[in-house]
Amino acid sequence: MRVGIVGVGQTPFGKLSDSSSRELVADAFREALSDAGLARKDISTLIVCSGSQYDRQRSPAGIMAEYVGLNPTPTLHVEAACASSGVGVRVGWSMIQAGLHDTVAVVGFQKMTELDAAEIQDVMSRSGDVMWESPFGPTMPAYYAMHARAHMKRYGTTEEQFALVSVKNHKYGATNPLAMFKKEITVEDVLKSRVVASPLKLLDCCANADGAACVIMAGEKFARKTTDNPVWIAGLGLASSPMSLTGRSEFASFECSVHAVKQAYKMAKVTARDLDVAEVHDSFTSAEIIDYEDLGFCRKGMGGKLIQDEQTSIGGRIPVNVDGGLLAKGHPVGATGASHIISIVKQLRNQAGPNQVPKANVGLAHNIGGIGMYAVCTVLRAT
Amino acid sequence: MGFEKFGFISFSSQTKVAKFVDYLQDGKIYGTKCKECGRLQFPPRAHCNRCLSSKYEWEELSGDCTLITFTKVEASPAAFKEQSPYVIGLAEFVEGPKVFAWMDKSISEGEVTIGMKLKLKSSKLPNGNLSYTLFRTETEHD
Repeated sequence: MRVGIVGVGQTPFGKLSDSSSRELVADAFREALSDAGLARKDISTLIVCSGSQYDRQRSPAGIMAEYVGLNPTPTLHVEAACASSGVGVRVGWSMIQAGLHDTVAVVGFQKMTELDAAEIQDVMSRSGDVMWESPFGPTMPAYYAMHARAHMKRYGTTEEQFALVSVKNHKYGATNPLAMFKKEITVEDVLKSRVVASPLKLLDCCANADGAACVIMAGEKFARKTTDNPVWIAGLGLASSPMSLTGRSEFASFECSVHAVKQAYKMAKVTARDLDVAEVHDSFTSAEIIDYEDLGFCRKGMGGKLIQDEQTSIGGRIPVNVDGGLLAKGHPVGATGASHIISIVKQLRNQAGPNQVPKANVGLAHNIGGIGMYAVCTVLRAT
Repeated sequence: MGFEKFGFISFSSQTKVAKFVDYLQDGKIYGTKCKECGRLQFPPRAHCNRCLSSKYEWEELSGDCTLITFTKVEASPAAFKEQSPYVIGLAEFVEGPKVFAWMDKSISEGEVTIGMKLKLKSSKLPNGNLSYTLFRTETEHD
């Protein structure tokens, strides 16, 4: 049985200091219900997705289900760092396939700007192995910077090529009303921004943000009854890599991405060449270039050339992150996966506005969780 | 010594492999070697990564390693501000396993290159805690 996405909703992403996490979730959920033309009684399960410890509410599924009025509906929390809501969609798909539930609402959220900077930094410095890495004060940029350096060493990728990713994504973010950063930037802006963890500079990095995004899924029969243009989930992939860097053998690639996308392509019976549009994990500019290679958009080491040749812009071989990506949208950790999926859904419904990829029929949404211990892939198709 | 004594800031204190810290106090770097399948692990583990056995013995490492990648952290977490900026290196021991640690501040930024030979040594921190640090290897002259 095919599973389709019948409704989507998302809040703006940014420093939303007038909103609590439950209010953001309610906004996104309500919009998705309205988009699907469904009522709350039609939702069989609420899957709540978020990264841990960015705000003080424990066991968030509990408060979210209550706040949107879904008791006694089943609810649960899915956490896989930045891959949380991508994994939530996988879980929802499985429940529908198993015949356990008819319609599942997956809502990803994160509230990252409420705790003060020192508290958030402490949380983020414990993103890796808390016993053997956290005592050395690694930051999220530090982990990705180490991968960036390995890629530069092996393939000669340059900081200018990394900067092109930020320029492209900010350009597309400028026309996305939900994006945190709506100003275009130049390569020089990126290169002049202050070093955060060498070689990554401020404009090579995504920003912490608040936000929520909701995807409502249903089995084929119900999906076709509900909407004229369900977007079908054609392929899924999920894989893990060692969390600690000492456990890994590859640093110019995220091996979990390679495994996850292989599963998704196989299940969807597609290859990278069949994709019309993609949303990939660009928590850092260097990550997007590595993603191009891991996801099969080009050969290993050719990621820098791919962006330099503008092949990942609209009009190029494979438009990537033309909603602004994490770099321009902001990165509310738990909401990002669903947001990527929503952008692909809009592309496949021909509702992407100024950044529409013409005739988009097959799309990929990809996320890496945290410092590279999870990768989740979803292949979607319009027909 | 307890594991809370490991690292500039320690976030955990309870582990079966706390003896590691005693070895650091003695100026030595130790890994664990599985008695069932022979796998050598660093950092030390109470369960073999290859066969899951908990029958292991402690084995000293030479500390000799090669730099795989690194980064200089300029924007550090609040708790590490006084130490900042610091260079985190990932290196591979000649014996096989890898290590994630600070590079000693005596190594200048210009000197750091992927592939350089380093020596991991136990280090005592100002707050009385123990850690390990990547140093330049001694040259023949020293």
